[in-house]
Amino acid sequence: MVSYPGAESPPFRLSMLIYDRRYRSLTLQAVVFILAMLAASWFINNTLQNLAALGKTLSFDFLFRRAGYDIPQQLIPYNSDDTHLRAAVVGLLNTLLVSFLGCITATILGVLAGVLRLSSNWLIARLMTVYVEIFRNIPLLLWILLILAIFSEVLPPPNAYRGDTPEAGMILFETIAPTNRYTAIPSLGMTNSPGTLTFGRIGISWAFITYAVAFVAAVLAHRLIRARAQRVQDRTGIRPVTWWISLSIYLLPLLFLTWYFGLHLVPPALRGFNFADGINLDNSFVVLWLALTLYTGAFIAEITRAGILAVSKGQSEAAFALGLRPRRTMSLVVLPQALRVIVPPLISQYLNLTKNSSLAIAVGYMDLRGTLGGTTLNQTGREMECMVLMMAVYLVLCLGISSGMNLFNSGVRLKER
Amino acid sequence: MKKSVLFGSVAAVVLAASGAMAAEGDTLNEVKTRGVLNCGVNTGLVGFAAPDANGNWSGFDVAFCKALAAAVLGDGEKVKYVPLTGQTRFTALSSGEVDILARNSTWTFQRDTDLKLDFIGVNYYDGQGFMVRKDQRVTSAKELNGASICIQTGTTTELNLADYFKANNMEYRPVNIDSNAEGEQQYLARACDAYTTDVSGLAATRAAFADPENHIILPEIVSKEPLGPAVRHGDNNWGDIARWTLYALVAAEEYGVTSANIDELAKSSGNPEVQRLLGATDELGTMIGLDAAWAVRAIKAGGNYGEIFAKTIGEETPIGLARGLNAQWTQGGLLYAMPFR
Amino acid sequence: MSETHAQTVAYVRDSMLPPQPPPMRSSGAVLWLRANLFSGPVNILLTLIGLGILWLIFDTLWPWLSHSVWNAGSIRECRQIVSETYGPEANGACFAVIRARWHQFVLGFYPQEFYWRPILAFGLLFLALAPLLFGASVRARRIVLAIATVLTVLSAAMLDTGLAVLAGMTALMLAWSALIDARPGRALLASLLYPFAGVWLLWGGSLWGPVMVLAGFGVGLAVWRVAARFGMLAVAAGAAAAALWWWLVSAPLAGLLAGAVPLRLVPVTSDQFGGFVLSITIGIAGIALSLPIGIVLALARRSDMPVVKMLAVMFIEFIRGVPLIALLFVASLLLNYFLPPGTSFDIVLRVIIMVTLFSAAYVAEVIRGGLAALPRGQYEAADALGLDYWKAQRLIILPQALKISIPGIVSTFIGMFKDTTLVVFVGLFDPLKAMSDTVRASFEWKGAYWEPYFFVGAIFFVLCFGMSRYSMHLERRLKRGNR
Repeated sequence: MVSYPGAESPPFRLSMLIYDRRYRSLTLQAVVFILAMLAASWFINNTLQNLAALGKTLSFDFLFRRAGYDIPQQLIPYNSDDTHLRAAVVGLLNTLLVSFLGCITATILGVLAGVLRLSSNWLIARLMTVYVEIFRNIPLLLWILLILAIFSEVLPPPNAYRGDTPEAGMILFETIAPTNRYTAIPSLGMTNSPGTLTFGRIGISWAFITYAVAFVAAVLAHRLIRARAQRVQDRTGIRPVTWWISLSIYLLPLLFLTWYFGLHLVPPALRGFNFADGINLDNSFVVLWLALTLYTGAFIAEITRAGILAVSKGQSEAAFALGLRPRRTMSLVVLPQALRVIVPPLISQYLNLTKNSSLAIAVGYMDLRGTLGGTTLNQTGREMECMVLMMAVYLVLCLGISSGMNLFNSGVRLKER
Repeated sequence: MKKSVLFGSVAAVVLAASGAMAAEGDTLNEVKTRGVLNCGVNTGLVGFAAPDANGNWSGFDVAFCKALAAAVLGDGEKVKYVPLTGQTRFTALSSGEVDILARNSTWTFQRDTDLKLDFIGVNYYDGQGFMVRKDQRVTSAKELNGASICIQTGTTTELNLADYFKANNMEYRPVNIDSNAEGEQQYLARACDAYTTDVSGLAATRAAFADPENHIILPEIVSKEPLGPAVRHGDNNWGDIARWTLYALVAAEEYGVTSANIDELAKSSGNPEVQRLLGATDELGTMIGLDAAWAVRAIKAGGNYGEIFAKTIGEETPIGLARGLNAQWTQGGLLYAMPFR
Repeated sequence: MSETHAQTVAYVRDSMLPPQPPPMRSSGAVLWLRANLFSGPVNILLTLIGLGILWLIFDTLWPWLSHSVWNAGSIRECRQIVSETYGPEANGACFAVIRARWHQFVLGFYPQEFYWRPILAFGLLFLALAPLLFGASVRARRIVLAIATVLTVLSAAMLDTGLAVLAGMTALMLAWSALIDARPGRALLASLLYPFAGVWLLWGGSLWGPVMVLAGFGVGLAVWRVAARFGMLAVAAGAAAAALWWWLVSAPLAGLLAGAVPLRLVPVTSDQFGGFVLSITIGIAGIALSLPIGIVLALARRSDMPVVKMLAVMFIEFIRGVPLIALLFVASLLLNYFLPPGTSFDIVLRVIIMVTLFSAAYVAEVIRGGLAALPRGQYEAADALGLDYWKAQRLIILPQALKISIPGIVSTFIGMFKDTTLVVFVGLFDPLKAMSDTVRASFEWKGAYWEPYFFVGAIFFVLCFGMSRYSMHLERRLKRGNR
C-alpha cells in the first residue's frame, strides 16, 4: 500500500465499534457470542439448580448396572443380566438394522415407482401416482399402526398351523410361515460344522469365514484374469473368452464348500406355543420395515421422477444421434445426469428414514429409543443422562450418514472445469 | 400461540427475577394460589382413569384426585388432569408439572429413593398375573415355557416377568406393547399367548371382552404390586396432606362414614375418632395447613374408600373386581388407616 | 373434373364403394387401449399386474365399505346388523363409531358450547392468509373468501351455535372479506393481528392480555422510530422498551383494563385441546413462529461473521440430526429442567416450543436454498445502490428469496402437520392414536380398529393433498413469473 501524507487513519473512538464497518462486525460477533454464552450458562445453571433441588446428580453409573429386562430381537447376545449399556447397544444395532434395510428397500421401491410413473402404460402410471400421493399425504404413524393392525388381525396365529388339517399353510414350498407374531423363515444348518470362532460372547462360524475367504480370492482371481484378457486384447486385438473361467472361479469353491459343510435350509417347525428351528422375524420389525419402506419409497419415487424429468430430452436425442443404443444412452448419458439431481434429496430421505425409525415406539420394536430412551430411562429415572446420550448417538449417526453420502455425492456431482 | 409463548417467557423472566419464590417445599401454597390441583393420571385405563366422550375424567385414581382437591381447595372439580404415559409420569412429577401422581404406579425401593418420589400410601394392593385363553389348556404359569407374552414396556411388570421366567428356567418371547389398548388388541388377535399385567388390569381388560368366559387369569401371582399415589420428595407437608387424605377415605369406611351420612355424623357422632376425623373436635386439619372440615369435604367429593371402589372398579361395575386384599383390616384385608389422633 | 375424365378413361367404376369404417387401430378407445395399455409384451404384463392389484384392493375394500353401518349404538350392534343384513360371513365397516364420536376426533375435548370458537379461529385463518397466498387473481381470492366464510358459518350453525354469535361471526367475516377485497394492502395489517385474535378465540380469557402483548410491539416500534438516528442502538432500545413493557406494565395494566371493561371469553385450558384442533393449532403455531426464527437462522448461516455462522450451523445441524420424537421427549421430560426452578409450562406450550425450534431449522434450510438461488447480480445491485445490510435484505433479497421458498415452506409445513400426530407419545390427545385409543377404551366401541384410522387418514389426506397441490400451483406460477 502506498501511504498518502495527511490521510492517516483517524484516532480510534469508542463509537467506531458501532458505526465503523471495520469494527462493527467484530462488535456484533462479540455481542452475539457473549449473549449465546450467557444463555447457555443460564440454561446450565438452571439445570444444575433444578437437579440439586431434586437431590439428583449427573452420573452415568447406571449404564453399568444390571438392566433386568429382555429384548425380543437382538443382534448380539443379550439377556436380562447384562448392563444397561449393552441393552443400549442392542437397541442401537436394531435401529441401524431397520434403517439400513429400510434405505435399501425404499430405494428399490422408490426408483421402480418413479420410473413406472413415467411409463407409457396409462394404468401403471396412474396407479403409481395414486401410491405416491396417498403415502406422501398421510402421516407415517398411521401407516405403521395400519400395517400392524393388518398383520395382527389378518395373519393367522402360530397354532393355526397345528394339526393334520391346519387352517393355515406355509408358503413357498412349506418354508415360510407368516403369523401374526412373526414371520418364521428357514435358518441355515450344517451337518459338518467346522465350529465357531469366538470373540468374547460374539461367535463367528468358521464356515462363514471360509466362504468370505473363498469369495475374496475369487474376486482377486477374476480381476487377474480380466487384466490378462485386456493385455491379450491390447496385443492381438482379440479378447479371449473368459466368462466361463470367471464363473467357475466364483461357483466351484462355493459348491464345494456347501457340499463339504453339508449346508442346508432348516425349515421352521411348530414346537409348543411357537415356531422353532427357523428364524422368527418379529412383526414389530417387519411392520416397521415395511411401513418405512412404503412411506419413504413414495418420497424417493417423486425424487426419481423429478431427476429423470430434469434431464432434457435433447440429451437422449443427441445420444441417439451419436448412434448409442437405448441401454447405453440410459447408462452413459441420462442416468449420470439424473443422479446429480437425485442424490442430494436422496441423502435427506435416508436421514429422514433413520430418524423416523424412532417411531418404533408405536410397534414396540426395541430400537435405541426403546432401550436407552425408553425402558432404561424409565427403570433408572435418569432422564437427563439418557436423553442426552440418545440424542448424541442419533446426531453422530445422522452426521455420519450425511457425510458418507456427501462423499458419494461429490463423486457424481458435475465437475466444473 | 404467540401470546402464550410471550407470556410464558415473560412469566419465566418474572419468576427468575423473584428468585426461588416458588421454592421447593411449598406445593400447598402453590396449589392454593393456582386454584387448581394438577393431577397426573393414566392416559386411559377404564376404571382407573379415562376420559369419556366429553372429556370428563372418571375412575379410581381420578376419585383420589377429586378428594384431595376437595380437601385442599374446597371443590372436587378443581382438578386439571394431566394424562401421563409410563414414560413421562415420574419426570412430570419431579419437574413440578403435576402436584400429585395418581397413576397406578407401583411403590418400589428404587422409585421411593433413587427417583426421589415419596409414595404416600397404598390405595390398591395388586399383584402381577397372567391371562390366557381357555382353549390353550394352560392351568399354571409354569406351563408357559416358550410362549409369546404381551408386556407393557417401561413398567415393573416387565422386570418381574424377566425375573420370573429366569427363576423358573423357562423361556419366553416378549411382545412389547405401548398401551393397554394395544395389549388388548394383540392378545385378542392371538399375537400373544398370554397377557401379563396387574391382576386388576387383567380383570378390567377381560371384563370388556365380548367373551370373557373364554379367558382365565392364571392362579400364580408373580409379584407384589402395591399401587399408590406419589408426591415429590422433600415437601413433607404436602406429602402429609395427601397421605392423610387417603387415610381419611379409608378410615371413613372403617367407621361407617359415607357421603350420605357424613353431614349428620359430623354433628352428632358419638365416636371420638369420627369426631376428630370430621373436625368436630381437635381441629386436626389446621395441623397440616388446612381447616377443620377438610376430611368432610374429601369424603363428600366421591364417598369413602369403599364407595369409590364400588363405583369405579367394584363388583357392580363392568370391571367387577372383588375387594380381596383391599378390604378393611377388620374384614381380613390389608387396608389399615393410621389413627386420627 | 370427373366429367372430363368420364370420356377419356376406359374403365371407370360406375358405382360408389360404400364408405368403409376407418381401420380398427386408429379409432378412439381401441387405439388408446393399444397405445397406452397393450403396446408390447412388457406393457401387457404390467397392465395385467396393475389390474390384479386394482382387483385385490377393490375386493378387500369394497365389501367392507358397501356393508358399512352408520346407525348403531355399539360395535356389537353394528356387527349384528351386518350379519343380519348381509349374511353371517359378511364383513362391514362400522362407521357408527365415527358418527357417534366424530366431534372427539375433530375437536377433542373442547367444551361443546364453544365449538364455534375453534371453527371461527380456523375460518379466520383463511381470511388472514388470503392477501398473502391468494393474492394473484382477484377471482381466486374471492372464491376462497366466499367458501371460507360460508363453510365457517355453516359448520358453526350445524353445531348449535347461538344466533347472536352466528350473526357476529358472519358480520366479522363479511367485513374482513370486504376489506381484503377493497384494500388488499391494508388487509395485511389485519392479517398481522390474526395471531392474537386466534389465540384469544382458542384459549379465551381476557382480551386485554393479547392486546397488551400487541401494545408491547407497538411500544418497541415507537421507541425504535424515535431513536432511529442512533442506528443499531435504537434496535436494542426498542427491544428493551418492549421487554420492560411486557415485564412491568402489561400485567397490571391488563388487570386494570379488565376491571374497567371486562372483555373476556370463558377460558379453555390446553388439556381440553385434542384431535385435529390440537394438531392444527400446534402445526400453525409452529410454522408461524418458526418463520421469523428460520429467516434469522438462514441469514446467520450465510453471514460473513464466523461466530454467528458457527452458532447457526450448530443449531441447525443439531436439530436436523435428532428425531422429532426425541425433541418431544425433551419437551416433556427436560424442558422444565432448563428453566428457572419453579417454572412450569403447559405441556402443549412446551410441545409448541420444541416443534417451533424443529421446524425453524428446516425452514432455515429452505430459505437458505432460496437465498442461494438468487443471482449474484441482485446482491451486487443492492450494494451498488448503497443500501446497508438490513435494507438490502429487507427491500431486495428477502422478498425474492422468500417468494421462491414458499413451495419449500409449504412442504415443510405439510411434513410438520403430519408429524403433529407424534405428540401422542408425550400424553397429548392427537387425532390418530390417542383419540382412537380413547374411543376404543369405552365399552361400546371396543374393537373399532379400522374405522377411526380410515376417517382420520382421509382428513389428513384431504388437508395435506390440498396443500401440496396448492404449493405445486404456486410453484408453476412462480416459475412463470421468473421467466
